Amino acid sequence: MKIRTSVFTSFIMMAQVLGIALFLRGFFPVPVKSSVSAKNKLSDLPAEPLTGGPHNSSRLPDPLFKRVVIMLVDALREDFVFGPNGRGNMPYTSHLVERGSTHSFVAKARPPTVTMPRIKALTTGSIPGFIDVVMNLNSPALLEDNLLWQAQAAGKRMIFYGDDTWLRLFPKLFMERDGTTSFFVSDYTEVDNNVTRHLDSTLKRDDWDVLILHYLGLDHIGHVSGPRSPLVRPKLLEMDDVLKKIHGALVSKETEGAPPYLLVLCGDHGMSETGSHGGSSEPEVNTALVLVSPAFRRKVGMETPSVVEQVDLHPTLALALGLPISLNSVGRLIPAVVQEAPLRDRLRFLHLNGHQLSCLLGANWSVPSYREQTQIEVGVEQFRVAEKAHGGWMKLYLEGNTSEVLGNMGKKVLRQYLEALASMSSALSRQLGKYDMYSMVAGMVIVFQLLLVLLLAMPEALSGAALVDVPVLQALLSLPFYLLCLLLASVHVLVCTSAGSACYLCSLSWGLVFTAVAFASATFCVLVSMATRRLPGGGGGGGGGSGWSLSELDILLLAGTVGHTLSLAASSFVEEEHQTWYFLLNTLCLAVFQDVCRKYFREQRRPGAIGENREHHEEEEEEEERFFLSPKGRRPSDPSQPGGDPRSREKWLALATPPLTLACCRLLRTLNQTGVQWAHLPDMGHWLNSSEHRAVLSLLAALSLVLVYFLIQRRCSWVSRIALALGLVGVYSYRAAVGNVWFPWQHGSQSVSKGTVEARFVYVFVLGILFSGSKDLLRSQIAAAAAAAPLKRRGLWEIYSGLVLLVALLFRAHNLPVLCCCLLVQSLMARFIWRKLHYDAAQTTIMHYWFGQAFFYFQGNSNNIGTVDVSVGFVGLESYVEGPAIFLTALGTYAGPLLWACHLVCYLNSESLRTPVALGHGCYVLALLRSVPVAAYVVLVTALRYHLFIWSVFSPKLLYEAAHALLATVLCLFLGAMETAQADAARP
Amino acid sequence: MSSGNAWFRNYCLRKSLNENSQCTSAYRKSGSFSNLTFVAFCYAYFIIMWDHEIKAMASSHAIIASSVFMATVLPAVFIQGFSVYGTHLLWLYSVTGAVSVVNIAVFWLLGISQPTKKNTLGYKLSRLVRSCMYLLLSCLFYHTVVVLYGAPLIESALETFSLAVLLTSLTTLRCLCVLGPNVQAWIRVFSRHGAMSVWDTSLQITVACSLIGAWLGAFPIPLDWDRPWQVWPVSCSLGSVVGYLTGLVVAPAWIHFHRKQLTYKSK
Repeated sequence: MKIRTSVFTSFIMMAQVLGIALFLRGFFPVPVKSSVSAKNKLSDLPAEPLTGGPHNSSRLPDPLFKRVVIMLVDALREDFVFGPNGRGNMPYTSHLVERGSTHSFVAKARPPTVTMPRIKALTTGSIPGFIDVVMNLNSPALLEDNLLWQAQAAGKRMIFYGDDTWLRLFPKLFMERDGTTSFFVSDYTEVDNNVTRHLDSTLKRDDWDVLILHYLGLDHIGHVSGPRSPLVRPKLLEMDDVLKKIHGALVSKETEGAPPYLLVLCGDHGMSETGSHGGSSEPEVNTALVLVSPAFRRKVGMETPSVVEQVDLHPTLALALGLPISLNSVGRLIPAVVQEAPLRDRLRFLHLNGHQLSCLLGANWSVPSYREQTQIEVGVEQFRVAEKAHGGWMKLYLEGNTSEVLGNMGKKVLRQYLEALASMSSALSRQLGKYDMYSMVAGMVIVFQLLLVLLLAMPEALSGAALVDVPVLQALLSLPFYLLCLLLASVHVLVCTSAGSACYLCSLSWGLVFTAVAFASATFCVLVSMATRRLPGGGGGGGGGSGWSLSELDILLLAGTVGHTLSLAASSFVEEEHQTWYFLLNTLCLAVFQDVCRKYFREQRRPGAIGENREHHEEEEEEEERFFLSPKGRRPSDPSQPGGDPRSREKWLALATPPLTLACCRLLRTLNQTGVQWAHLPDMGHWLNSSEHRAVLSLLAALSLVLVYFLIQRRCSWVSRIALALGLVGVYSYRAAVGNVWFPWQHGSQSVSKGTVEARFVYVFVLGILFSGSKDLLRSQIAAAAAAAPLKRRGLWEIYSGLVLLVALLFRAHNLPVLCCCLLVQSLMARFIWRKLHYDAAQTTIMHYWFGQAFFYFQGNSNNIGTVDVSVGFVGLESYVEGPAIFLTALGTYAGPLLWACHLVCYLNSESLRTPVALGHGCYVLALLRSVPVAAYVVLVTALRYHLFIWSVFSPKLLYEAAHALLATVLCLFLGAMETAQADAARP
Repeated sequence: MSSGNAWFRNYCLRKSLNENSQCTSAYRKSGSFSNLTFVAFCYAYFIIMWDHEIKAMASSHAIIASSVFMATVLPAVFIQGFSVYGTHLLWLYSVTGAVSVVNIAVFWLLGISQPTKKNTLGYKLSRLVRSCMYLLLSCLFYHTVVVLYGAPLIESALETFSLAVLLTSLTTLRCLCVLGPNVQAWIRVFSRHGAMSVWDTSLQITVACSLIGAWLGAFPIPLDWDRPWQVWPVSCSLGSVVGYLTGLVVAPAWIHFHRKQLTYKSK
């Protein structure tokens, strides 16, 4: 069956996305839990161990605390409180830490250090899977067993003020609540005032037991201007005042005899040196945890806070409040907190915690490897021994023995318990990173088969005809296909019946599984038959495959692609991937520069046979250029260009293009410092965003927008031009309304709004331009062949400019130069380099792809989830609406690659007049460029799944790769549609 | 022994059939050697450059390469605490100096560069001045390129410029020695199929090797291994020197093995 390259490629890409999705489903499993809805009950608690004698009561010790106030300050890094500046930042808190009856800890948060997973960790004690980050924007109610549910079941009355993520997680648990939305990052006063305003009245009342406050301001300051911002200190002082107020109120309410209060100050995650979070660097992971209660011993001096896990807070709070520990908690009791309780209670607490952990281990024991198995057994065994010793101790205790022996024995039991808890807890946290290998392997096999098919089709796909012969029917009717189907199906049955654990493929319906099996075997048969056809003749089927000679540029492009793929194996290269792309891009520009020099200088020196030939080409090209330009620009072809010989001027412009591109790239590189190692270095973006330099930022933004207009308008219809101009003005006024830039006439402090009106104003024009572009495209389908080409070109260009306008709206003000440089480089390169130097479609596509990758990082992205700018999802929206927010965020993140790919479509379309198969070739190369790294990365991630950095470095990158593959698929479909339309138009 | 000799004779015959090289005459000339020493000589070198020019090239390259080694070893004897990583800039300057001096001396002695038409003092002076200017320009050019590649603009400007000087001494200086201050010749040599003598080819190879070495040297910088050679610009300068040495070895060998394909147009 012969099909066109673009159709073939689009199909392969779609199937590949499905394969990647399957892999992701296996790689990010829904965390293995005993059961989602099961809750621990008081009645299920084990009895206190006692050797001999009747069964003891299963009651819990009396709660240590009556009232709890949890003050959660978002992004409260450890050094904000305990660091050298702590005394200046939070004087009252540091006084309490040093002299008061407190315990202070450095609580280590597990990556991903994003708010919602952290809240889940604090309340359930479990370690949420990475997939929770993706669900962060759309957090459904938490159904798992959690502290708040337990507290409510025990009749505690709870009040919550702060981040409304809590309200979405726990919709009906609070007696009183007031949520603030966390997405307006530029607001850092109102969010906190909304919390604090309730405090006075609440603290006076007596009708609550648990008060939770979640302050967002500090995190917002971090996102906007980083941890060294001058705004941080006033905010911390404000937090300190709040703490003082709460503490004062609690102290005044304190009554003799009743259990005391507990005040918890904690952070959910830290803040990196750039102010973002999400990764696993030290400052992001280390958070402050201060517990204040009169029950603790008064301290005499500053002690270095000891390190605990963040999840340890959960069992500690649960036990101290007399609640059952949640089923899925992997934390262990912090012994220091219960230090003052009687030894019997302390042992009982540890026993309860150990019992819960051993139950969880039992539930999670499906197919661990041998080493893990032994570790689990060791932990459980230790626990059994300690439990037995505990029973013996209880017997002595109840007999009224009060000698020193009893105390020593109790301490020994305590130690045994602590050791058992430590080994069980570590075994558990390793268990939680379990993978669904079957789905992963299935996804990987599909991805790889498709990649091989793609690679095997290369000679045909890149041939002049751009037709690929895919022996589908042949494969479907062959015997091996049916045998393979049978084999795979039996393997499937075998795997599913033997494993029995959570496996996504096994939970699918039979129809779907059979489709997948049939698809995999069909692909394999196609693969084999293509390979056999390719093997014997070599050039026989492909045609023209043997005569390829590679220029330096080709070698560079190939080596760069392969080298980049290989570099993904090292975690540092993944973290600093932007460096790889900048480096390759620079080399590419230099190679292009060399090509340009070679062309223009050699021609002059040696007017030999080759030179004449070139001249001839040149003239042809000139004519073509005029032919292209005149309908585009809608102006008469200008024969007399002002100033000098046009040829020599063009030569100098062409020579200047690569150095100019290099300079642009170097400038853009300083704009946003990304990655991990050098991310903390000051960059232009921070400089521009600081309030003193707002005038510069305004000027720069305005200049960029004007340049964008001039670069984009020349090929649009006049209606679109007006719409574009108005839209760009709207963009500027939106930025002014949000408070990023100034209008020249309003220098003072103006009120900051959300800019909804302005943003919607821009949206109208974006839609208008997109509509007019697609109208032109549709009209070109029915128009006569001669008129169709310019119409189509204009339509494509208008769609492109609509996208540019949208991106201009979404980009932060300091990123507008990125957009401007992008357009500048595109138009210069298209005009003087790609067309003049006769780069073919494949080379141009690779260059576009490289530029797109580099611009992805230029705009401030990295391979870390933390750098995704979620505030983009709220441009022009009053509140969070899921669909548009996700779409806008994705668009804002992938703006660079998208714009370059769109430009590629426009360029290849104009090129396809000369070489009709350009679109198909471009589509094929784009698909290949995307699927090679994805396939390699999928294998790498599988091989490195027990790597130390798997969650912090490799998994975010996997998500980025998958999203990019999806984007490339959409683009391939678009390219395919363009080519099909063109081929249809050409046929009649 | 005799088989080696026979092999060589065969080889020369084949050569002389293939092209009119001076190979046979070289053999005839070398007839004065005793056969035994001669064959030992061949085995010792492994790849043998019979041709006069290739021989000259190999020996000059050996001298240059040994000068690089001396520049690394000798200062360690005289200067306290000298090491390639620790006092990197010092090492860099010593290599630069040694390579430049030896290059100039060797090529002056060999007399490779195009014979000058005029022999007046003024003409020579102007050539010298132009050469110096080219060297300076090339330093600036390399500095710019390295900064464009992402080296810090202001912070470690000295290190960056030292790297530029090293690259200049490894590449531009050699161009000046071989081709003279003649931009058109440079463009000719560095365009495709532009080499007109073995020296041009060796120039192409060494320049390409040193640049590729420096280019590859930049790759380990982002790795978080915290090694002394990851400090800017150690890995790049090491890479370029290693590349240069490789080029020195590879150039004669490559020319030797591709003798049949290399057909130079007349000068």
